[in-house]
Amino acid sequence: MQITVTVNGAEHVREVEPRLLLVHLLRDELGLTGTHWGCDTSNCGACTVWMDEVPVKSCTVLAAMAGGRRVRTVEGLAGPAGLDQVQRSFIDCHGLQCGFCTPGMLMTARWLLDHNPDPTEHEVREAIAGQLCRCTGYQNIVASIRHAAVTEAARRGAA
Amino acid sequence: MTVPGLDPTATPTGYGRMLRKEDVRLVRGRGTYVDDVVLPGMLHGAVLRSPYAHARIHSVDTSAAESHPKVRAVLTGEMLAGRGMAWMPTLSHDVAAVLATDKVRYQGQEVAFVVAEDRYAARDALSLIEVDYELLAPVVDARRALAPDVPVVRDEIDGRVDNHIFDWECGDEAATDAVFAAAEHVSRCDLLYPRVHPAPLETCGIVAECDPITGRLTVHATTQAPHAHRMLYAMVTGLPEHKIRVVAPDIGGGFGNKVGIYPGYLCAIVGSMLTGAPVKWTEDRSENLMSTSFARDYHMHGEIAATKGGTILGLRVRVLADHGAFNGTAQPSKFPAGFFGVFTGSYDLAAAHCRVTGVYTNKAPGGVAYACSFRITEAVYLVERMVDVLAYDLDLDPAQLRMANLLVPEQFPYLSRTGWEYDSGDYPRTLAVALDLAGYAELRREQAARREASAQTGRGELMGVGISFFTEAVGAGPRRTMDIAGLGMADGAELRVHPSGTAVLRVSCMSQGQGHETTFAQIVAEELGISPDDVALVQGDTDQTPFGLGTYGSRSIPVSGAAAAMVARKVRERARIVAAAMLEVAATDLEWAKGRWQVVGDPSAGASIAEIAMAAHSDLELPDGVEGHLDATCVYNPPNLTFPCGAYICVVDVDPGTGHVSVRRFVAVDDCGVRINPMIVEGQVHGGLADGIGMALMELMAFDDDGNHLGASFMDYLLPTSVECPSFELGETVTPSPHHPIGAKGVGESATVGSPAAVVNAVLDAIGVRHADMPLTPAQVWRAMQGRPLRSDLAIR
Repeated sequence: MQITVTVNGAEHVREVEPRLLLVHLLRDELGLTGTHWGCDTSNCGACTVWMDEVPVKSCTVLAAMAGGRRVRTVEGLAGPAGLDQVQRSFIDCHGLQCGFCTPGMLMTARWLLDHNPDPTEHEVREAIAGQLCRCTGYQNIVASIRHAAVTEAARRGAA
Repeated sequence: MTVPGLDPTATPTGYGRMLRKEDVRLVRGRGTYVDDVVLPGMLHGAVLRSPYAHARIHSVDTSAAESHPKVRAVLTGEMLAGRGMAWMPTLSHDVAAVLATDKVRYQGQEVAFVVAEDRYAARDALSLIEVDYELLAPVVDARRALAPDVPVVRDEIDGRVDNHIFDWECGDEAATDAVFAAAEHVSRCDLLYPRVHPAPLETCGIVAECDPITGRLTVHATTQAPHAHRMLYAMVTGLPEHKIRVVAPDIGGGFGNKVGIYPGYLCAIVGSMLTGAPVKWTEDRSENLMSTSFARDYHMHGEIAATKGGTILGLRVRVLADHGAFNGTAQPSKFPAGFFGVFTGSYDLAAAHCRVTGVYTNKAPGGVAYACSFRITEAVYLVERMVDVLAYDLDLDPAQLRMANLLVPEQFPYLSRTGWEYDSGDYPRTLAVALDLAGYAELRREQAARREASAQTGRGELMGVGISFFTEAVGAGPRRTMDIAGLGMADGAELRVHPSGTAVLRVSCMSQGQGHETTFAQIVAEELGISPDDVALVQGDTDQTPFGLGTYGSRSIPVSGAAAAMVARKVRERARIVAAAMLEVAATDLEWAKGRWQVVGDPSAGASIAEIAMAAHSDLELPDGVEGHLDATCVYNPPNLTFPCGAYICVVDVDPGTGHVSVRRFVAVDDCGVRINPMIVEGQVHGGLADGIGMALMELMAFDDDGNHLGASFMDYLLPTSVECPSFELGETVTPSPHHPIGAKGVGESATVGSPAAVVNAVLDAIGVRHADMPLTPAQVWRAMQGRPLRSDLAIR
């Protein structure tokens, strides 16, 4: 079947099998390997991307379901001005080690701060509870997201 | 002259908090993990696995699969046997099936391999393969593996009539028995450390490319030990080792899971040989959990002898080790039970003895892994649980009991009763720092008040405090006694300083998230007095790096890190000779000022490393016998292991109605010697503490009577998330290793090793129960409170 999907602002038309998973469309067809695959069961969240501005686990979304919709991946996070603040904060607060969960964590972090610019530690932990990290014990991921919130708040205050 | 890439005003740096070089690509999604590798014409592999734990194979019919339009090759055990490749060596002097020939020995074992044009077609074709199985009774319960009436798992080995693999012992049995016979008090306990799995977020995978013209094999693989893998591939395939290149790109976590080689890797290699095209194989999560290296599975019986006042005198331990269907543990060869011999822990004992028996069962092989430093996790759990059992039996405070029995600094270097020489440590101070950080006395007061309130109202959460004091033994190891698959555990390093003063370091170990690109640059920077930004690291490519054993057992900094420091010191000494020629003075007239050789008594006369590097590559006349350029190589053979230690205190709240455990606080004080990058050290500790919470409360690979794997997905094998983990509170003490060039001891596994006992001790302290086995799920806690804890490794009947 033919689908048209907009990924990080660019429109792609592809002939795909109806069973093709969105994560495989992104990785194998479009070469966007920043989105990772870690389980098959929506537990690990390494494959988290946005579909129409909502985080989804792309290992359990069919590519066909993304037809006519907007997908945003980690490759679409940095803008012309450089890294998104959540990316910067993950570096500054050592929010990643092996980096495999990081793209998914970043997409959820960006979504959280867009909807709750000043989350508590508890709210941050709840927001990423559907995503696994085996390296960091989550501590510095939480710290990174809080750091991004504070930095963005300061920037808004200065503006 | 201004040299590009060097800022002459930059302050020379070395150790200290420094942001990671790796991160700029990883936060952009620009890492390159194995499954990201795409080669022209690349095909995809998929493995057909056994649905049964134990069955004889009568036939494998691949004809329908072969006629699938997108299938390019189908591999079976019979086909591999024709090439002498149906079996591969394990890391423990055993063999393991690549693809089953005679029978399958665990659920999930590899039976056939399909090579097809895409991932989906390869999977489709698996369902077209017909296997005729004859079911056999499986050996599931390790405690029955040596009974006379059970099936023999390894009946293909000539003369084998039982499932016994090895008996191993250490310590002085007679002296220990005498201590126990005379002891005022003996506490005994059966402890199960259940089978768990490292479960790195990236599963195992490979892209194998066998060039049909040159006969050269290149593999991009998830490997923690590229050089060891190259040799194993040479052994199995018959290809000469110099025609094999192993490349480890970015690795999405290892934790021991990626130390050995797996059948899927070899099948992809054979698939590439057969088709002439590159073949990618990436296992799915169920395959990872069912078939790759598990950890633990130790059934332990501990005995601890003491005076009634709480002076610990001896430990006696019997262990039954479930190794699965093939003996594939990645321990140094002479240590079939790994470093379990450090089970005497951090205490001054009169005597100790242990005996470990390994058995085959119808479960997946392995037993390497999960950040375990070669079975030290089991040893620490044993001793730290036994100390708490003793405290329970004698009604003593577990902190005071530990403090009274810890080794003291004056005893170091300390030769343990089982023959290990602990290098350094200040145990009482480390425990004191942890108790202080936790506010131990206040916690006990709170606990007493809550208990009193609960006794009156019958309501309220139960609170518990658990302590664990661990001694690790890492940095394997001295070549004289330690090898893996015959390869001595020394590591090479090569350092080259370019004419403009920047440098490239090549090491044999391989990061899986530990941040080597940053830390190793800091080691060289500290030794040469240049910026870490000016030191590049090459790792994970056997064509580009010197030989060494890889990254596991917390050995990167203790062994390869030492090699990096030593090779930098060689370069620094060479620089001295060059500087002497430049300044026209004797080398002995020069002194080192970080980053610069200068004339004693005239600091204005000197040369920086960058200036010396340029001169070393120039037409400067050097003394006879001194080669030009500025580079060196070395091989570091550790004289001893390093012995990090730590004191961990966990505080939990338990809901008595449901048995649900909340980890309220976790205090961790680690002594890993000198910290190169404290930020990275603390990150490693955080990760290990989460591991400990997971193993203590959630993680379990159980099996039913038929040998069905009951933890084969993340729906069933539960890993800790952000809401199960508290905000960790860290502290430190620093006693440098006296024999390590920079005094560092390694830290990667300390928290995984030390934390499970602290969590279990806390939960049992909360509910007032002497012992219950991990994982302390709500059901297990609730049943323990009723006096009926479960045996967790078998299915609930």
